[in-house]
Amino acid sequence: MARKVVITGLGATTPIGGDVPTMWKNALQGVSGTHTLTDDWVEKYALPVHFAAKATTPATEVLSRVEAKRMDPSTQFAVVAAREAWKDSGIEEVDHDRLAVAFATGIGGVWTLLDAWDTLREKGPRRVLPMTVPMLMPNGPAAAVSLDLGARAGAHTPVSACASGTEAMHIALELIRSGKADVVMAGGAEAAIHPMPMASFAAMQALSKRNDSPETASRPYDISRDGFVMGEGAGALVLEAEEHALARGARIYGELAGTAVTADAYHITAPDPEGLGATRALKAALYDARALPEDVVHVNAHATSTPVGDKPEYTALKAALGDHVNNVCVSATKSQMGHLLGASGAVESVLTALAVYHRLAPVTINLENQDPEIPLDVVTGTPRALPEGEIMALNNSFGFGGHNAVVAIRSTGPKVELA
Amino acid sequence: MASNEEILAGLAEIVNEETGLAPEAVELDKSFTDDLDIDSISMMTIVVNAEEKFDVKIPDEEVKNLKTVGDAVSFIAGAQA
Repeated sequence: MARKVVITGLGATTPIGGDVPTMWKNALQGVSGTHTLTDDWVEKYALPVHFAAKATTPATEVLSRVEAKRMDPSTQFAVVAAREAWKDSGIEEVDHDRLAVAFATGIGGVWTLLDAWDTLREKGPRRVLPMTVPMLMPNGPAAAVSLDLGARAGAHTPVSACASGTEAMHIALELIRSGKADVVMAGGAEAAIHPMPMASFAAMQALSKRNDSPETASRPYDISRDGFVMGEGAGALVLEAEEHALARGARIYGELAGTAVTADAYHITAPDPEGLGATRALKAALYDARALPEDVVHVNAHATSTPVGDKPEYTALKAALGDHVNNVCVSATKSQMGHLLGASGAVESVLTALAVYHRLAPVTINLENQDPEIPLDVVTGTPRALPEGEIMALNNSFGFGGHNAVVAIRSTGPKVELA
Repeated sequence: MASNEEILAGLAEIVNEETGLAPEAVELDKSFTDDLDIDSISMMTIVVNAEEKFDVKIPDEEVKNLKTVGDAVSFIAGAQA
C-alpha cells in the first residue's frame, strides 16, 4: 500500500488576493482581477491588448528590499506564497534532509533576462548585474524556496508551460510515495506581464482583445469568448506523508489522492481536438487515486477562455467520466484571476483543496451565453455546496507543448465551516 | 573630485542600497566580508556602482585588495587624482 499524501498548508498570491483567505473569499463572491494596465509600455509599444490580471499585492510590499533585489518577480511571488503555506501548515520541527521542493514556472525570469539584455546593449557588459543568471534561471523559484525553508531533499522545477504548476503536484506526490521525502513544498510561480510575452501571446491570437471591458474579458465557456487574460502570482501547497501529519496533529485539508501527466504529441500549441491526451490524464489520475468516475463531484477546469481550448477539455471530461459528467459541477476560476500560466495549476490546486475542505465550489464569472457545445454544469452566481460524505475533486491543467496534468483531491473529514 | 568624506558617504549609500545595512555602519576600518557580511556577488555590484558614481575604473584584479571600506575609499581617491 503506497504512502498516503495529505495537504496541510496553503499559500497564494494572486490577482484576486494577496493571501489564501482573501483569494478564497473573492473566489466565492466572484470578482474580476482583470484591469486596464497603466504601465507606460502598453502605449510605448502599441500593444494590441491593454489589460491583464496583476497580483493585488506586489511582492516587494511583503519582502524586504534587499531580499527582493536578488529575486526575479516570479521568485518573489514563489517565496511569498511558500512562506504563507509553511506558516499555515503549523510545522515547527522538520527533518530538513526529508523536506523537498517542487516549484514550477512556465516562463521563468523573463523580466530579469530582458532587463539585463537592455543593460548590456545600452551600457555594456560591466553593468550587467552579477546576479542576472541566478535570477533568470527557471529553477530560481524552487531554489529560493529551498534556501528559505532549508529544504535539502531536492528542489525540482517542472517546466511544462501552463501545466507546470499541476505537474509540480505530480512530482511531489511521487517524492513522498517513493519515500524520498516526508514533506514537500509544491507550487508554481509566474510573473510574465511584460510587453514581450504579451506581444507574443497576442500575435498568436491567444489573448482576449476586449480592451473596452477588461473585467469581462476572461469568459470561459461563453459563446463570445475570444482568448485568455494574462495573470501573475503564485500558489503553494505543503504536502505531507499522512503518518507525518497525523503524528504532529496537523490540520488536513484533504488527500492528494492521485495525479497523472500525459503528452498529446499532436501539435506544439493546439490541443488535440478529441482531447485524447487529456482523457488519458484524467483516467490515469483516477486510477492513481484508486477512484471511480462516480467519486468525482467537482472539477476546477483548465478553461482558459480561448475559442479552441475550452471544448476539448469538455470532450475529455465526458470521455473520462462518462454520463457522470452531468453530475459534476465545474468551476472556471480563470474567469476571475486570468491565466497564471505556470502558476495556474498550483493556485487552482489550492482552490480545489479549499473546495473539498469547505465543501464549496467557487464561482465562474462572465458566463452569459454558454456555448451549447459545452453543456457542463458550470457554477455561476453563488458558490455551490458539495455533497456530504467522501468526495473527490479534480484540477486539470494543459500546456503548450501538449502537456496534460491532472490532480485528484479526496476529502478526509466532514464539512468544515468557514471561520 | 570628491573628498574622502564624500567618497565614504557615497560608498555607504551604495552599500545600503545593495545590502540594507545602515549607512552609519559603513566605517573606514570595517572589513567588507568579515564585518559587513558582504558576499562576492554583492561586492561586484558595489564596485560597479562605485565606478559609475565616482567615474573611476576599479580593475577586477584590484577588487580582492579592497578588504576594508578604507581601502576602497583610498583606491577611489587615488584613481580620481
